[in-house]
Amino acid sequence: MSEKYSIPEIQKMANNIRRRILTLTIDRKGGYLSQACSSADTITALYTRIMNLSPSEGPAIPPKFPGVPGPTNMDYPTGAAYNGSTKAPYDRLIFSPAHYAVVVYSALVESGRMSPESIDNFNIDGSTLEMIGAEHSPGFECTTGSLAQAISVAGGIALARKLKGEEGRIFTYMSDGEFQEGQTWEALQAASFYKLDNLAIIVDVNGQQLDGYTKDVMNIEPLASRCEAFGTRVFSVDGHDLEAIIKAAEPANDGKPLVILTYTNSSQGIPMLEERKPFLHYVRFKSDEEEQKYIDFLNQM
Amino acid sequence: MEVLSNVHAKNLVEWSKNRSEVVVLSGDLTSSCEIKPFKETYPDRFFSMGVAEQNMLGFAAGLAREGFRPWLHTFAVFFYRRAYDQLAMSIAYPNLPVTLVGFLPGIMTPGGVTHQAIEDVSVLRGLPNMTILDMGDATEIETVLDAVEEVNGPVYIRMLRKEVPRLFDRNEPFKINKARVLSEGTDIAVFSSSICTEEAMRATKVLKEKGLSIQHLHISTLKPFTDPLVVEALKKVKYGAITLENHTVIGGLGTCVAEVMAENAIGKPLVKLGLNDTFAHGATQHYLMTEYGLDSISLVKGVEKLIGKSFNITEKDLEEVRIEAVSTHDPDAL
Repeated sequence: MSEKYSIPEIQKMANNIRRRILTLTIDRKGGYLSQACSSADTITALYTRIMNLSPSEGPAIPPKFPGVPGPTNMDYPTGAAYNGSTKAPYDRLIFSPAHYAVVVYSALVESGRMSPESIDNFNIDGSTLEMIGAEHSPGFECTTGSLAQAISVAGGIALARKLKGEEGRIFTYMSDGEFQEGQTWEALQAASFYKLDNLAIIVDVNGQQLDGYTKDVMNIEPLASRCEAFGTRVFSVDGHDLEAIIKAAEPANDGKPLVILTYTNSSQGIPMLEERKPFLHYVRFKSDEEEQKYIDFLNQM
Repeated sequence: MEVLSNVHAKNLVEWSKNRSEVVVLSGDLTSSCEIKPFKETYPDRFFSMGVAEQNMLGFAAGLAREGFRPWLHTFAVFFYRRAYDQLAMSIAYPNLPVTLVGFLPGIMTPGGVTHQAIEDVSVLRGLPNMTILDMGDATEIETVLDAVEEVNGPVYIRMLRKEVPRLFDRNEPFKINKARVLSEGTDIAVFSSSICTEEAMRATKVLKEKGLSIQHLHISTLKPFTDPLVVEALKKVKYGAITLENHTVIGGLGTCVAEVMAENAIGKPLVKLGLNDTFAHGATQHYLMTEYGLDSISLVKGVEKLIGKSFNITEKDLEEVRIEAVSTHDPDAL
């Protein structure tokens, strides 16, 4: 675990991520802005303090889309290179809600794993920095845009590490909406059954999804007791309290998969997003006046 | 004709002996999918995943990414119907070496419509990076594992269980994308697969006695489907082609042959036999093969339709056909 970043430094990096994504949202006339607000603190903490990663093995500016995997294209560079070595004893990140991709790209920039100008290629044709990331996208090891698949793949990787007697933890970052999917519970059940205490599941519980508040769309609470009942070790923390997130992520080697429910605010750092709640899945400004308000806010950020 | 039992069960244990990377995952169908001996022999390489196929496919993807070779066992329907998205995104897209051993292809079971994989080939042929294999006899079951090991990517096997005949010489192992030429002829081409090949062998024997010249190919690879033997067979015959498959006639063997004919401008009639765009129901294999026209008499009628001539062949004629025993000598023992 790296100690080289202090809490104020991590906080500053997280705010930089929000600013960068607000800039992109204005430039591109829309974006996954609320996801940046809710997750920036946790994702920055993961990259700077929680995960034990080796230096990036990816080029500072990501190459163009290398083609889809197939029998004749298996050695192309994957996004995992930006998280460093995939071998033990290093940790792994299997990032699940791939529509948060821009947050991952920004975190890679903030943590010095990718050059800042790389972000200019976000969502540009032929770039690997796709709007919804896949395994060629920086920071992504798997293709996880279909929700709740990452946790199972992460479980398989964690099981493989156990079978090989290897060190290192497998982190998977999830959105709370994924707890509406049956596969998530299948995966928790199996991870618990196989005592995968090297698996850490970090959840952005922002209480929102495309159709509105999660409590109105399809209730998932009480999430902590549900996860506990599946045999995991659960912490519920304020998702903007960096100290709490980092502390909860400490390994326990107790035979239980770890679940950290980070309760977040999807307007954190950009308070004017409150006005648009609960419809924040994808932010597109409704008028020139509204856009100007965000430009003014960006300028004083 | 020799009939063997539990071929895959015994074979998998022997084959996995010195392959420590081989792990077996079961969807709560361990004895039904012939992997109980594997579980007992290699308990450390056997993983019970419960009735949770979507998660089982994801775990397999993770294990494969770490260098293991997962062999998943459940009924075929639960792979491609229940967990299609997981198969597509977690396994097929990254082209991982995961093998799906799917039992009860077509109408093999009295378990009924929920357990009968009748459109699996149709569904999975559209999925990039997949290899699709369809077992026809004991020799294929015994030798398919070596072939799968060489594939760079995911493989789906339509597997047979319990009592299985040996139709093909033990010295002629399964080869991917390679048809077995069961008879040579120039009047019609017969393409058969799975349990339908034994039926086709009975029918072709009687038809040949009536003077018909038949090019009969057993097909056990449905993707890729680029075997030159198929084109050659289609080109050389006078009247046209007929397919017989343990699957719906849409998207399976018949469609594969039709595509080859169109792509090679082979303008001859094609008769496709199999489940005629219908679900089946729970009954014995023999009953369903008769009901849905997957048997030898259906092939005879199909041939008659194809060439416009009646051969006056009865079901009794077909029942009396003996399929000769083939060599059962294990080449490895040499």
